[in-house]
Amino acid sequence: MRYIDPHAHMVSRTTDDYEKMALAGCRALTEPAFWAGYDRCSAEGFRDYFNQLTSIEPARARTYGIHHFTWLCINPKEAEDVGFAREVMQVIPEFLAKGNVLGIGEIGLNKNSKNELRVLEEHLEIAAQHQSLVLVHTPHLEDKQKGTRLIMEAVRNQPSIDPGRVLIDHVEEHTVKEVLDGGFWGGMTLYPDTKCTAKRAADILETCGTERLWMNSACDWGVSNPLSVPTAALELRARGHHPEAIDHVIFKNPMAFLKQAPAFAKRAEAIDVGHPPE
Amino acid sequence: MNRLDTNLPRSDVIDRDFLEHRAKLIDIAAFLDRCERADGTDDFRLRALRTAIPLLIDGQPERARRILESFSDPTSEPIPEAPGKGASGAWEGSS
Repeated sequence: MRYIDPHAHMVSRTTDDYEKMALAGCRALTEPAFWAGYDRCSAEGFRDYFNQLTSIEPARARTYGIHHFTWLCINPKEAEDVGFAREVMQVIPEFLAKGNVLGIGEIGLNKNSKNELRVLEEHLEIAAQHQSLVLVHTPHLEDKQKGTRLIMEAVRNQPSIDPGRVLIDHVEEHTVKEVLDGGFWGGMTLYPDTKCTAKRAADILETCGTERLWMNSACDWGVSNPLSVPTAALELRARGHHPEAIDHVIFKNPMAFLKQAPAFAKRAEAIDVGHPPE
Repeated sequence: MNRLDTNLPRSDVIDRDFLEHRAKLIDIAAFLDRCERADGTDDFRLRALRTAIPLLIDGQPERARRILESFSDPTSEPIPEAPGKGASGAWEGSS
C-alpha cells in the first residue's frame, strides 16, 4: 500500500510517528500552518514557525524517505486580532518560493466572526496574487456548516481563484455535497471523536463518489492518529473494495490536487514511483 | 461519477458492526442515566442530544447528515466577535 497524508501537523509529532507512517506506506505528507495550542505573541514567532515548516520538518521527514510539503498562514484561531494577523501575513511572501511550499493554508474560519472572515479574505488575496493553491480549515462541530458556506462565498468573491485549486477540509456528511457541488475539493479528516471516523469516511465515499475527495489524519497535539489514513484504507479493504479503487482515494486523488502546485509537481514522479526525497 | 459500490450484503454489515454499535448505544443510555443521577439541570448540549436521538428511528435516510444539522448553528451571518476559540458540539440557541 502507498498513500499520501495531505494534512499532518508533524511539528507536534515524535520521530517515531514518521517511522510508523513510512512503514505503513506514506510516500508524502503536507503540513498546514496551524494553531500551536496557545496564541503566539509576535510575528517573529511565526517567522520561526515558518522556518521550522520549510527546513526542519522536511529534514526529519527525509530521514524516513517521506517527501514533506507545507502551507503557510496565520490560522483562524489567531485571526480575531486583525492587526496582528496582518503583521504575520506580511511575512508569508518571504517563504512562498521555498522548495516545499504548496500555497496558503490552513486558512478559514473558527467561530465565524467578522474579523476571522476579514483575515480569510486577505489570505485569499495573497493566494490570488501568487496564484497559490489554497487549503481551507472549516470550523468545528456546531459552527461547521455555517462556516463552510461563508468560506465558499468568500472564495467565490475572489474570481481569480478557481475552486478546483481550493481544498475545503474537515468535510462531514452535512457539508460534503455542497463543497463538491461548488467545484471544490473536499478533505475528510479522520479523528476518533470529532470530524469523521474511518467508517463514516468510507460511507461518504460509497455514497458521494471518489472524485475530488481525499482523507487525512490531521494528526497534531490533540487526540489524533497519524496512521488513520491506512486505517481507513483497511476499512475499505474489509468492505471488499478493489485495491485500485483504494489507491485512487489515498494516493492518486491527493496527487492530482497537489500536482497543481509547482513545488509538488517537480517531485510528483519520484513520489509516484517511490523514490525518497533527495 | 466514480463510486465505491457497496459490496457487502446487509447480513455482513451487521455481522461486522453490530457489537460495536450496540456498545455505543448502551454508552449513550448510560450517559443519560449518569446525567440524571447527577444534581442540576439539563443544559443546551443535553437538550440537543435529546432532540437528535429520535432522528435515529424516524425511518428516514441520511441520519448522520440530519443529526449533524440538528447540532448546527442555522444562522448565516458572521458573528460580531469570536467569544473564544472552542466549540461545544451543539448550538446554544437551538433549544
